Amino acid sequence: MSLAETEAAPPDQAGQAVSAVKAPKMTARDANVHYGDAHALKHVDLDIGTNEVTSLIGPSGCGKSTFLRCLNRMNDVIDGCRVAGDIRLDEEDIYHPSLDVVQLRARVGMVFQKPNPFPKSIYENVVYGPRIHGMTNSKADMDEIVESSLRRAGLWDEAKDRLEQPGTGLSGGQQQRLCIARAIAVNPEVILMDEPCSALDPIATSRIEELIDELRQNFTIVIVTHSMQQAARVSQRTAFFHLGLLVEVGPTEEIFTNPKDKRTQDYITGRFG
Amino acid sequence: MTDAALTNGARGQAAETGAQYRRPDLSKARLKKRYRAERRFKMFGALAIGIAAAVLIILLGRIVTEALPAFIQNYIELQVELPREDIDPDGTNDPAVLARARYGTLINNALYERFPNVEGRRDRRALRALVSNEASETLRDAVLADPAIIGTTHTIWVKSSADVDVYRKGLMSDFSRRDTNGIASIIEVDGTTRVLSTSNDFAEILDSIKQELGGLAEGLQRTVTRLDRGVDAARDQLANASKALADAQASGAAEDVVGRLQNTVAQAEAGLASLQERRSQTKAQIDDYEARSARVGGAEALTEQLPSYLIEMNGGLLKILDISNTEATVEPLIAPRSDADAPAGTWDIFVIETPESQRRLPDREAAWVWSLEQADQIESRFNVSFFTDGNSREPEQAGIWGAVVGSFLTLVITLLLSFPIGVLAAVYLEEFAPKNRWTDLIEVNINNLAAVPSIVFGLLGLAVFLNFFELPRSAPMVGGMVLALMTLPTIIIASRAALKAVPPSIREAALGMGASKLQVTTHHVLPLAMPGILTGTIIGMAQALGETAPLLMIGMVAFVVDIPGGFTDPASVLPVQIFMWADLPERAFVAKTSAAILVLLGFLIMMNALAVLLRKRFERRW
Repeated sequence: MSLAETEAAPPDQAGQAVSAVKAPKMTARDANVHYGDAHALKHVDLDIGTNEVTSLIGPSGCGKSTFLRCLNRMNDVIDGCRVAGDIRLDEEDIYHPSLDVVQLRARVGMVFQKPNPFPKSIYENVVYGPRIHGMTNSKADMDEIVESSLRRAGLWDEAKDRLEQPGTGLSGGQQQRLCIARAIAVNPEVILMDEPCSALDPIATSRIEELIDELRQNFTIVIVTHSMQQAARVSQRTAFFHLGLLVEVGPTEEIFTNPKDKRTQDYITGRFG
Repeated sequence: MTDAALTNGARGQAAETGAQYRRPDLSKARLKKRYRAERRFKMFGALAIGIAAAVLIILLGRIVTEALPAFIQNYIELQVELPREDIDPDGTNDPAVLARARYGTLINNALYERFPNVEGRRDRRALRALVSNEASETLRDAVLADPAIIGTTHTIWVKSSADVDVYRKGLMSDFSRRDTNGIASIIEVDGTTRVLSTSNDFAEILDSIKQELGGLAEGLQRTVTRLDRGVDAARDQLANASKALADAQASGAAEDVVGRLQNTVAQAEAGLASLQERRSQTKAQIDDYEARSARVGGAEALTEQLPSYLIEMNGGLLKILDISNTEATVEPLIAPRSDADAPAGTWDIFVIETPESQRRLPDREAAWVWSLEQADQIESRFNVSFFTDGNSREPEQAGIWGAVVGSFLTLVITLLLSFPIGVLAAVYLEEFAPKNRWTDLIEVNINNLAAVPSIVFGLLGLAVFLNFFELPRSAPMVGGMVLALMTLPTIIIASRAALKAVPPSIREAALGMGASKLQVTTHHVLPLAMPGILTGTIIGMAQALGETAPLLMIGMVAFVVDIPGGFTDPASVLPVQIFMWADLPERAFVAKTSAAILVLLGFLIMMNALAVLLRKRFERRW
């Protein structure tokens, strides 16, 4: 696998890494993002492997969150943001005019940097997605979805007695797990996580990391993180971004032990960033 | 490495050149100065709040004290005979027949019965004016409610007239009672009635009358000074006119010019003469007052310019016409029950301080009121009808209910129009509209609209709604439409602020879940912004409730007696009602004005409290 990867990903003339995996869930080819005049993401080619955790690392402002938001078209709502390139989910162009963005986001869920549960009950938070996507209307099904989602998010034991209490009353780590439960309640194929642990303490962080590892069985996960230890712990593949360029991508242990690019090496050894 | 080297280098350099590092100035003097400045700032703040609070308290206190009399109304008890032949001669008990009877006459008869000594057309008219002309309606309602009282003598309480009401509330004059020390006796001399006192009771009154005369003289002195200035001016005018005439004659001007100038001179002469005449008359009056004030003893006539002194004895009321140290010539306003001597303490002197010439209720009527008071046939009650009646020209019948209903109907229209339009506009601008030059232009214009004087909206309503669309004048519908225009910017701005205050993370969360833009807005953003939107709306409504100017333009300043029954009926609103009452000269309307202001303030405070409550109740934290 790693051999095939290196062959398939020779650095191009701009110093850009190219990645390809077998049977990728999502693929990006020549993805470019402009914020007004600023070229935030430059010619990125990246594949996201199925049932894998792909972590995106890099210094602040390198474009990793921007890339992540391209994957479920969350950049659409930002004024002055233009996305170009070819991004596909299961071979389907997600920027095609005929594609409905609502359905895309049902398939590609997202967890944000700051826990952002709705100011509603825990129950309502979890069933919101199934409800708007018309997955079910019966109370029994919803109860079932709530329980299974909270169980999978590892929040059931803490939350089962307070389902009617507001989700905003939970602790930070619990809120983030609630957000994960909310995201997986609609059974998406891909979950995007934008620095999900940056607002959490180490204990809550380790719980989320365990959770990510478990979720990998059923979901394809892309995670943006500032913590290289976290990337090393949870991900199978790592992509390093710098100044809007995808510098290097490969199996995680390879990136951390034997980086090919000087910039990657400098970053993971703490020279900058 | 490099950082450390750099810092070290800088230090070394500084040490080499001997330059001092700049350090914070931590001296006591600076600290003290800072503390002083802080104290001063706090003091100014407290002072500002103190001034604002004091002004508010004075304002509110004044309104409340002015308004209190309006919540009280005096009622007079009448024993009304209800002869069957006058009301329902055929004994049908048919309400239509009962309603047609002439109850005014019955009320008048009851009054004549109560004061049998009152004769003559003028006196009787004055007597009839004691009760409000609403009395006949009160009686009719009583008969309709219970036809069984026909044929009996019915006791009924009717509203007093506004003058009696104001008089009884002490707003027309101050009253006082003087105790007496002597024995009073009534004698008849040469057809006049006189009262003698064995003590110096009358001498004291005479003294105060003399003082009063001195005061009158002083008051007139000011008139003389004013007249003096007038005389001077008239003299100058005459001199100028004469000079112009002389010049014209000398230069041989045309005959008609000379004639006109001669006319002017004649007019100036006449004006001067009349002023001088008035001045000398006033002067004579002053001399008279001063002489009478200075004279010791003697008799003094009590004119209309002096307070009224009324002797209460033997159940009668005797008005003093002339007074000397020992006796008073009186006119019996209410005849005493007997001519017996009254021992000290059983009689006293009732003083109405305001001279008769300066009040609307003369002594004769005051005596009737006194008589009713003695018999407990007049009493003040809570003025319910102020809250249940429409407007009226008669102060005692005027109420605010018509205006309250008008305000309510107007606000309903305002709310129905401005809330949906305002909220939809705000949601569109904030959530859906692209940010470009057009939306910027719209935003600027909305902000400008909020600053447009409200009367301009009134003019717009007049031009568009009344003249172009020919909607009914004075109607709550048009008033509501105009106020809706006025309120829209307030609601849009408040709603946009509330929508902006919803954290973007909530929108992202919902979008990330795959909610459509509409779902994000209706499921999450609007509910979260609702407290702010409602607060803005209620504040806008409160503004609309207190607005007068635009409604003047569309004819809601009309005098409307009926309670409006619908959106197209002629109606007035509370602030306009206040505006109209404030214009009326009657003393009773002064109190009504303040009372209506209190009611309006009450509504405004209620609406603002509701806004606070909604905010507290629905505010969500995240």
